[in-house]
Amino acid sequence: MNKDTKEILVGPLLLKNPITYQVLGICSALAVTTQLKTALVMSLALTAVTTFSNLAISLVRNRIPGSIRVITQLAIIAALVIAADQVMQAYLFDVSKQLSVFVGLIITNCIVMGRAEAYAMANPPLKSALDGFANGAGYSLILISVAVVRETFGSGKLLGYELAPTVTNGGWYVPNGLMILSPGAFFLIAIFIWVQRSISKSMQEKE
Amino acid sequence: MHLFNIFLKSAFIENMALAFFLGMCSFLAVSKKVETAIGLGAAVIFVLFITTPLNNLILQHVLAPGALGWISPKLETVDLTFIGFIAYIATIAAMTQIVEMAIDRYSPALYTALGVFLPLIAVNCAILGASLFMVQREYNLAESTVYGLGAGVGWALAIIALAAIRERMKYSNVPPALRGLGITFMVSGLMAMGFMIFAGIQL
Amino acid sequence: MNFSNKYIIGFALVICLVCSFAVSSLAVALKPKQDANRLLDQQENILRVAGLHQGSSHPTPEEAVRLFESVTTWQVDRATGAMTKLDAFAPAKQMIDAAKDPAASAATTSEAARGAQIRRTPNQLLVYEVTAPGKEAWVLPIWGNGLWSTMYGFLAVAPDFSAIRGITFYQHGETPGLGGEIDNPTWRAQWPGKHLRDADGKVVIEVVKNGNVRDASRQVDGISGSTITSRGVSHTVRTWLGEEGYGAWMESQVKEGKK
Repeated sequence: MNKDTKEILVGPLLLKNPITYQVLGICSALAVTTQLKTALVMSLALTAVTTFSNLAISLVRNRIPGSIRVITQLAIIAALVIAADQVMQAYLFDVSKQLSVFVGLIITNCIVMGRAEAYAMANPPLKSALDGFANGAGYSLILISVAVVRETFGSGKLLGYELAPTVTNGGWYVPNGLMILSPGAFFLIAIFIWVQRSISKSMQEKE
Repeated sequence: MHLFNIFLKSAFIENMALAFFLGMCSFLAVSKKVETAIGLGAAVIFVLFITTPLNNLILQHVLAPGALGWISPKLETVDLTFIGFIAYIATIAAMTQIVEMAIDRYSPALYTALGVFLPLIAVNCAILGASLFMVQREYNLAESTVYGLGAGVGWALAIIALAAIRERMKYSNVPPALRGLGITFMVSGLMAMGFMIFAGIQL
Repeated sequence: MNFSNKYIIGFALVICLVCSFAVSSLAVALKPKQDANRLLDQQENILRVAGLHQGSSHPTPEEAVRLFESVTTWQVDRATGAMTKLDAFAPAKQMIDAAKDPAASAATTSEAARGAQIRRTPNQLLVYEVTAPGKEAWVLPIWGNGLWSTMYGFLAVAPDFSAIRGITFYQHGETPGLGGEIDNPTWRAQWPGKHLRDADGKVVIEVVKNGNVRDASRQVDGISGSTITSRGVSHTVRTWLGEEGYGAWMESQVKEGKK
């Protein structure tokens, strides 16, 4: 793997992570991470959409007139997302029920639009697709980490399998309500940022 | 009274930023100064106030099953709701473009201060989210208008409050690794907890 | 790069055509499968709440057809209770759509309906009669608002309306782990056996705040930490069992039984 490709793939995983550095894709990181299952599906859907939207937009990047740049990108992204939603309703019905409103919000997920603007508009198709995939992977990393903590401590389960029987089910574990509710997600991400920036001092913001 | 309840509900109890967590990217990024937060808040209120009822009209008269009956009776069975996302985003993008031009003309200072986040209003999830919730709850035109206004006011209040807190925090001793984005997340989490007192109020 | 106006318009048109063609063809091609999924989901829920299907697996379409041989769909007039047998299964969607049509529905006025934000109830209701021996029951479609979403479900009741057989929600967007616990089998297990109405026909079933059950024969313990969702379920069930829902029909059935 040449140096360029390595940079594109590794950057968004840690140092240039979309959630903890670029401040993109936050809304869904808070909303769908109450269960690992929904977080996994969201991660896969977003990675797929970003990869293909970056590819598509990069293919036509030299032909898009500046005055309708934003709406063209939006049209391509929206078409891809609706396609993903239709496929989920046909083949992954259970999960599509839970994701409802949020599937539509992938269209406005700043990661998709952000990478289209920042990378796909100025780079060749294969590299753009790679960049889209890498950012999706970085996003998935954070989503899965947060979801694992939230589901485990918030409901005593992981992927629906019981790890610690809860009091309502006749067990001993009292679920941590804060983890289930959204402020818990805020605090978890803040802690991830803290840990990440303590290790990689270059990410720290100046006074 | 019912309309006023919808307004109160969407502004406080179901605050777009602190209860539903929509529009987070601009919420976290543009809250460094109160002045810019007020400017962005006003722009978001305006876009929400116009696009939510507009999208409601589009849903009722173009997309809903049977809606196209006014063109020709043969089109009564057509159901275009699946194309909803694109339609709503199109109106939002168009409205954002207009707002951008207006701000550029009447307040160049604000235009410069907002920078890239002005066009990013088009992808602010709070705005599309409001339209999608409006569809899910089957609001009529009046309710959609009030809902859009309330949602905008709620979001604006949240971002201005966060900006005010962040300005004060400049004088605090925040650990370097938490500085900026990290502490903002923590503060937002605390604000979200504060707003939870509204959950459960039945109007 | 400077593009001519003609190019801009042409480009915009091409993008519109390509995107709409791609999306529309996918939507049309997948519609049968999606509709089949929705139908099967409803049928599965009816079978589950009546106790005809258990376990974590989904029934295949063939199994569902076989099990549905012991389920008859009836159309019921909300005001008079008059029943008309239907030849084929009709999904609850028929009722839900009718409730949105001012010509086929009536506005609600009760406090319970307001609590569940059920604005209108249809004039024609659907009930599913389960005739499998040992599992006879009526399955009634219900819906109402919880905290974040409208919860759509089915309530199963004994043929003489003496007790509830079960409850299930096939579609809702409540908080997983909190309001979402309405899907928890342990919580749902509270419902079978509870009385829905007293001897005078008044609706007595209710969901009370977690830990406040005083009369277990007619009260369901709410979900800890989700007052609104629990309240929503209570208002929903009470509205549909009352006059604005299946109340008149149940009365007429009881009178007929006494004849």
